[in-house]
Amino acid sequence: MLTITYRDALNQALSEEMERDESVFLMGEEVAEYDGAYKVSKGLLDQFGDRRIVDSPISELGFAGLGIGAAMLGLRPVVEFMTFNFSLLAIDQVINSAAKMHYMSGGQIPIPIVFRGPTGAALQLSAQHSQACETWYVHAPGLKVVAPATPADAKGLLKAAIRDPDPVVVMEGELLYNVKGEVPDPADGDFIVPLGLAEVKREGADVSIVTAGPTVHIALMAAGKLEKEGISAEVLDLRSLRPLDVDAILATVKKTNRVVVLEQGWPYAGYGAQIVSVIQHEAFDDLDAPVLRVGQADVPMPYARNLENLAKPSADRVIQACKEVLYRS
Amino acid sequence: MGPGEKGAGHLHGFSQDQLHRFLREMLLYRRFEEKAEEAYAIAKIGGFCHLHIGQEAVTLGFIGPLLLDDYVLTSYRDHTQAIAKGIDPGSVMAELYGKSTGCARGKGGSMHMFSSKLGFMGGHGIVGGQVPLATGMGWAIRYRGGDQVCLCFLGDAAVNQGAFWESLNMAAVWKLPVIYVVENNEYGMGTAFRRVSALPVVERAAGTGVPAHSVNGQDVLACWSLTEELVAEVRRGAGPQYVEARTYRFKGHSMSDPVSGTYRAKEEVETKKEKEDPIILLRDRLFENDLLTQEELEEIDREVVKVVEDAATFAEESPPPPSEDLHNHVYSRINEHGRLFLDGLTS
Repeated sequence: MLTITYRDALNQALSEEMERDESVFLMGEEVAEYDGAYKVSKGLLDQFGDRRIVDSPISELGFAGLGIGAAMLGLRPVVEFMTFNFSLLAIDQVINSAAKMHYMSGGQIPIPIVFRGPTGAALQLSAQHSQACETWYVHAPGLKVVAPATPADAKGLLKAAIRDPDPVVVMEGELLYNVKGEVPDPADGDFIVPLGLAEVKREGADVSIVTAGPTVHIALMAAGKLEKEGISAEVLDLRSLRPLDVDAILATVKKTNRVVVLEQGWPYAGYGAQIVSVIQHEAFDDLDAPVLRVGQADVPMPYARNLENLAKPSADRVIQACKEVLYRS
Repeated sequence: MGPGEKGAGHLHGFSQDQLHRFLREMLLYRRFEEKAEEAYAIAKIGGFCHLHIGQEAVTLGFIGPLLLDDYVLTSYRDHTQAIAKGIDPGSVMAELYGKSTGCARGKGGSMHMFSSKLGFMGGHGIVGGQVPLATGMGWAIRYRGGDQVCLCFLGDAAVNQGAFWESLNMAAVWKLPVIYVVENNEYGMGTAFRRVSALPVVERAAGTGVPAHSVNGQDVLACWSLTEELVAEVRRGAGPQYVEARTYRFKGHSMSDPVSGTYRAKEEVETKKEKEDPIILLRDRLFENDLLTQEELEEIDREVVKVVEDAATFAEESPPPPSEDLHNHVYSRINEHGRLFLDGLTS
């Protein structure tokens, strides 16, 4: 095992997959000469040259569509959005072209593309630069969506996403790039985290916190604090939002009978609502309390630090929700 | 090109055989669209149905000179272009009828004809949406060092989309082998182009660095010659090209729209049909040059009507897609773990 940052784990994944498969190329704003806005692609221009590490103009709709067109002919583009906030300019191409092409062509044209970049709140970036975009994409059949929380998952899922024959949206976390964690040594062989497999990041017996992406760390923090109060919380990291590891969700519900679903985005029709729907439909009899949800306040992200703290999901709110489903307060 | 030489067996360098083939092809498109119109009227075809009647010379003139491994993308007005790239008319008609034998297995319908095998990479339904895709196909060709060309049709209204400008800019920066062909039929649905653009179509690529050309889109020979020339240049590495093909739509924007009325006068349409029908224009040139007889014309027409009737019969008799097909083709791989669908029908 090596201890590396989330950023370096993504960099390794890109480098290894580009080394392995000549049809993989990276395109996006600032990915080449600038080494990436968040330095994820650092050094890749030197390693692979400007044919495969490509600085795009600031034309999200255009270069997302360009990537999809290249994928239509069998290349495997990795399209970086500097942040998913800007992907909203490109969402027509992602939904109307990438997600639907295989279906509306009657199965003739697969789109093996990856859209990746950070999503969710950073620190005081305000409404347009701090928003969680998982739900925009998880909503569309034809897309697969993953949200890795740790360096190992970031590496393993990005590699799996690049190899997948369908469009995969890889949601990274702006505040995760410096997070360190253990990743298997490349010398020990290829490391892949398959799409659709959740992972219990912390075992527990009294209540389950189901989440993905950056909020996994909030869940772990909450679970640590709850332990001191004698409450054993299990943290289930979904890792993939589509395909969704329903078996793992049902298993943790069966085990603790109480669930808090945590996401970083808005509550209204957020992906957490889908998790709750699955639980009430498939594990109703295992529940000892209604499932609660914790997410961003139902407002655009404010700038002022005190308001931002109120808007973002926090360990305290998760703790409070866990106690509520345990009927303790 | 010199003027036509009467009785010499050719016109502008096109042989009599070729000219007869052109006439036959364009008549096939015309008869096919007329059949689609008829089938739509009796609800054999549903949804939107955008006919190409009046614009046949653009279809043939631009797709005809391409090779099998060149690519074509287009908008939702795509039936005749699908046929021109080699898709069997029966398969196109079956797609219109929503049958499993359709070229998109009944999943796409009128606006989404596809044959990846024949390089027909789709009719696309969002105005201008195909333009970045074509640019990406040009990217892939260049990435692999191929000499194919990607030809992208778009309507005049699409030049007002950001996707158009973003695409031409990237194509110019990276010298991509894409020919963007604007079928300027003067109207985006019911809005005259001149009402929504300060500049004429041909000038709208200015500022991107992509060379612009304009051609009479009702003259199949002119379209064909220009395409041959541009394709050769693009194969040699000249980079992207922008072409305005000046044409006219004889029918409504789609089957559910009126042919004329609020946005264009009936007289305008009648005059265009009388003076600028691409099939009549070619026919008359062949008559004038003794390259076609009335009997030959009737024989050609009988042939294409038969092809279209057979296509309709094939569509009629084909089965609809099976119910299992509902969830097929959403993904090309169902992952080993997790559920991709949460509607309870498929796990």
